[in-house]
Amino acid sequence: MPEPSANEPAVRLEGVSITYRLADGSRYPAVAPVDLSVATGEFVALVGPTGCGKSTLLNVVAGLVSPSTGRVRIDGVALSGINPRAGYLFQQEALFPWKTALDNVSLGLEVRGVPKSEARARARSWLERVGLAAFADRYPHQLSGGQKKRVGLAQVLCRDPAILLMDEPFGPLDAQTRTIMGDLLLELWSADRKAVLFVTHDLEEAIALADRVVIMSAGPEARIIGDHPVPIPRPRDTHEVRLTPTFLDIHRTLWHELRAEVIKSYRQGEKID
Amino acid sequence: MRSRFVLTFWQILVLLGFLLFWHFGGVFGYLDPFFFSRPWDVLVRTWNDFVSGVIWRHLWITLVETILAFVIGSVGGVLAGFWLARRELLSAVFQPYLKAVNAMPRVVLAPIFALWFGLGIWSKVALGVTLVFFIVFFAVFQGVKEVSPVLVANARMLGMNERQMLRHLYLPAALSWMFASLHTAVGFALVGAVVGEYLGSAAGLGYRIQQAEGSFDVTGVFSGMLVLAIFVLLIDALVTLVERRLLVWRPQPVATGIQG
Ligand SMILES: Nc1ncnc2c1ncn2[C@@H]1O[C@H](COP(=O)(O)OP(=O)(O)OP(=O)(O)O)[C@@H](O)[C@H]1O
Ligand SMILES: [Mg+2]
Repeated sequence: MPEPSANEPAVRLEGVSITYRLADGSRYPAVAPVDLSVATGEFVALVGPTGCGKSTLLNVVAGLVSPSTGRVRIDGVALSGINPRAGYLFQQEALFPWKTALDNVSLGLEVRGVPKSEARARARSWLERVGLAAFADRYPHQLSGGQKKRVGLAQVLCRDPAILLMDEPFGPLDAQTRTIMGDLLLELWSADRKAVLFVTHDLEEAIALADRVVIMSAGPEARIIGDHPVPIPRPRDTHEVRLTPTFLDIHRTLWHELRAEVIKSYRQGEKID
Repeated sequence: MRSRFVLTFWQILVLLGFLLFWHFGGVFGYLDPFFFSRPWDVLVRTWNDFVSGVIWRHLWITLVETILAFVIGSVGGVLAGFWLARRELLSAVFQPYLKAVNAMPRVVLAPIFALWFGLGIWSKVALGVTLVFFIVFFAVFQGVKEVSPVLVANARMLGMNERQMLRHLYLPAALSWMFASLHTAVGFALVGAVVGEYLGSAAGLGYRIQQAEGSFDVTGVFSGMLVLAIFVLLIDALVTLVERRLLVWRPQPVATGIQG
């Protein structure tokens, strides 16, 4: 692993704001200037009401959207263009429908010039790790929602990115599957401790998984209104951990902060309609 | 399985009903055989044409024209669609002209093509090409334009360069759209060939029909149409076969619910 300078976080946003220009020419200030950093090896969860700009921030870290003001530093270096150190698991379905699960996973290696046979071997081992070895030859439409998410995870992790961006990766899944996926994610993550920025709308999931939970306010001009460490020791069992007093304390505090914003965001939607 | 059987049964029943109506319409004097012929006569004529072998040469010519029109039109359509879809300005400039040309009834072009390319197969191929090209062009253009932005973003995050995006993203997306238009395209290639033959040639199915019409041989006309229909069904089945092979990744549009 390349040695990151000790005091530079993997990701640092400095006064990043994003203003979208709409088709009718008007401007929508989605995110007010925010500062946020994710240390190397740190697991940060980002929660906030729907439409506040969580995906937008992730896109900025990925280099897909350039900030209107401010700067993104990756390991201390200013980012321009696509962030080559980041792997991004998108909120929406992003597998290539014309490729099998195996080809989808090996794709990221192949385009980097890894010989085909080696790329496939490594992809196969990743499919095994996410429990889908038997589904290697299936096409995305032949997989369930949860299986697709796991293939997506393998696709991203296969390239061994230093920074992992995850946008509500378990969003559309049922509660049990989410818990199991959470455990899987923590297990994979604990092997090499990448910097993780994990977006979720599920506060419990955020606390169960993360080292730190960051709360965003409702947009427009969304800000970061809370930043709380989660002092629960690892390794964690994401289900068991929900029953501990520490968890409940944190949950209560964060929920109070979040509730007002969620209500505000609904009001916002009503006003526009 | 059972529903498949039931379906075939009904399909055959419809055909039989039609033939019986036709036949007895003639028997009872509602359909004058001079204008409407008789189903049995048409079948016998068609059979004889195949047995005596006169039809094979015409079939062959029409097939060659259809294939040439289809291949040339498709390749042109794919290339042009691909190329224009990735160039905002150029496509904006050409858009109105493409639409205007596409709206033109191709029949009016047939005499001009005959003038340019002679009365041989190439004037028919040209007519087919003008039909096929636009179908494929618009399909591919649309396909490339509508590649999911999330897929594009994912491709970029996976580190693809322009060439790799073309190969892994745009080409497969465009091809799937091209195949969606394939049945129509093949059909139009045939239409181009037959219309071209009909308007002026010395061989082909269209020529056969035109000859029969010239001598008020209604049986000959219907026989020609029957051969054409069989021809179309065969080609369409072939296209379906190719499609199944190449688009295995696509969810089968056949609704499984119907069979359950
Ligand atoms: N391309 C765009 N053009 C204009 N406005 C946009 C664009 N993308 C997002 N927005 C707006 O920016 C705001 C933030 O969007 P974003 O997708 O980041 O929200 P989110 O926090 O990820 O929401 P969710 O939890 O529902 O996924 C929203 O109000 C959205 O309408
Ligand atoms: Mg989002």
